[in-house]
Amino acid sequence: MHIVVCIKQVPATTQVQIDAKTGTLKREGIESIINPFDEYAIEEGIRLKERTGGKCTLLTMGPPQAQTALREALSRGCDDAVLLSDRAFAGADTWATAYALSSAIRMMPDVRLIICGKQASDGDTAQVGPSIAEMLDIPHVAYVCKVTDVQPATMRVERMLEDGVDVLEMQLPALITVVKEINTPRMPSLRGMLAAKKKEIPVWTRETVAADEQKLGLKGSPTQVMRTFSPPPRPGGERITGADAAECAAKLVAKLSAAGLV
Amino acid sequence: MNSISVVTAKCTGCTLCVKACPFGAIAMKQEEHALESGRTVKQLAVIDLAKCTFCGACVEACKFAAITLVKEKGAAAVNLDEYRDVWVYAEQRRGEVAPVVYELLAEARTLAGKLGVNVAAVLLGHNVSDRARDLISHGADIVYSVNDPHLAEFLDEPYAACLAHLIREEKPEIVLMGATNIGRSFASRVAAKICTGLTADCTALDIDPATRNLLQTRPAFGGNIMATILTPRHRPQMATVRHKVFKPLAADPSRTGRVVEKSFDFSGVKIRTKFLEFIKDVSAKVNLAEADIIVSGGRGLGGPDGFKLLEDLADALGGAVGSSRAAVDAGWIPYSHQVGQTGRTVAPKLYVACGISGQIQHLVGMGSSEVIVAINKDPECPMMKLATYSIEGDLFEVVPQITRAVRAAKGR
Repeated sequence: MHIVVCIKQVPATTQVQIDAKTGTLKREGIESIINPFDEYAIEEGIRLKERTGGKCTLLTMGPPQAQTALREALSRGCDDAVLLSDRAFAGADTWATAYALSSAIRMMPDVRLIICGKQASDGDTAQVGPSIAEMLDIPHVAYVCKVTDVQPATMRVERMLEDGVDVLEMQLPALITVVKEINTPRMPSLRGMLAAKKKEIPVWTRETVAADEQKLGLKGSPTQVMRTFSPPPRPGGERITGADAAECAAKLVAKLSAAGLV
Repeated sequence: MNSISVVTAKCTGCTLCVKACPFGAIAMKQEEHALESGRTVKQLAVIDLAKCTFCGACVEACKFAAITLVKEKGAAAVNLDEYRDVWVYAEQRRGEVAPVVYELLAEARTLAGKLGVNVAAVLLGHNVSDRARDLISHGADIVYSVNDPHLAEFLDEPYAACLAHLIREEKPEIVLMGATNIGRSFASRVAAKICTGLTADCTALDIDPATRNLLQTRPAFGGNIMATILTPRHRPQMATVRHKVFKPLAADPSRTGRVVEKSFDFSGVKIRTKFLEFIKDVSAKVNLAEADIIVSGGRGLGGPDGFKLLEDLADALGGAVGSSRAAVDAGWIPYSHQVGQTGRTVAPKLYVACGISGQIQHLVGMGSSEVIVAINKDPECPMMKLATYSIEGDLFEVVPQITRAVRAAKGR
């Protein structure tokens, strides 16, 4: 079974801090990482490949430096990686990103399953995965927390909802987006790291994937960013003090009662 | 093509643009150059076009008009004037309409008022047509209802095909959907199908009266940056909105509206996913995302036993128990309770944070709560600084006292 895992390189938001004076992001020294949700997609890709035999190809769209993310993912045990990189892709919204990625996947032979993380930590949209499925005319299930019973033509998945899970059977080829409950990602092995270092990563451009320029990048994006701004800071509140915990608690509850919360 | 450039003779190297850029696309280069005024400065802003999305944040930040941005004005992809009305997708499962639908109907009324058009709710399902009346009393002028056994359980393919069909036929200018797991999955598929823009997780919506464009404001980078997004050349303009961003209107049974029964032929739709069963999560007593009061605990609880104190307080207040990621990762409480970037986003009326320092990933999941109470030993931690009310102290002493005081206040 040929599995494609789509990943994204994002700023390491665990280190993102806000400058108290300016209220803007502190950017200095923030490194790029694999989108945390994609770690589970990579792990699931490797597990399913090991279970069913076959191979697992990584795909990302981004600037040349995104190959760092591909190498890191390769070191976990993926077989191949493709970097989709072209000036024509820049400024893409989720629609144009899904179009570019689906054009690339069409170029890959016998893809049976595409796995994405549930969303990227920088944009938080969760839109690219399902859009790819629509553009490739294959079924998808989002928020998958379990994959069971993988057959040549079907597989069974569990979809996480707010109040439980739906158990679904889907025909292959298909796309799933996965949540963190699905697995615990492995650490890269030494052998994997060495192999990843040597691996050649082809760079595909607009021409390689035969994509329509009108549908790419900023030009092909139905949505446009009109402006960006810092959110208004939340005003700090009141420190409740008292002789002991009981007095503090009483003062707090009096305030909450006055606000109609108790 | 769009183009952006730095005017060397105006750039003072002040780094305001570097700080403003949400995409890290601007850097300072050490390059001595003369300004128009004749003064010589030492650094120059350089824009990395591979990262730039032409958003214009730098142009706004620059006090010296040193950045020139020219945006290409594309032709409209469709005839915008053919599209009218504001739609709300009335998400339901087994006849239960998601609460966010009523919130969206209220906001749709505001938007429709500005546009001078109707609000329509779209109700897809099987044997759920009786919900239409309720949608009208909450603000819908029209309810488009499709009643079909193919829609008995939520599956992306038949639902997306059916909604896309209705959109093509009726041509709404705006479609709002809840940013639920179902809404986000299925809205993406619909937007891809009908080739239009979709903006996720909007926190504010407005109308530009000149163009009738929907101004869609949403957080990005974990809430550190807000962006206003347009869909200028495509229709409908689609947006998802989280729970509790807008307030529902009180139901008005005297409101009138019409129900339009629509039919859709599913024979041509590929349905390649089969519903087998639904397994309810019995561990969560309250749906966290919908709770009005949440008592949440973090690393400061020191172990699973600490959550018993929180359960007591939540019980007294009539709320649900939440947690930070630290407590979930430590195995003290199941993931379904996690609030934050990798957990659930909540916006209750009252959020009580016990022993949670307030890392940014947690704050983005609860920052829009109306009243925040923090209890922590560390008076300097972020949560204590942003809380509406904060108590410095040992939560093991303070929380039981609050529980007692709440019970006393409620006379129990």
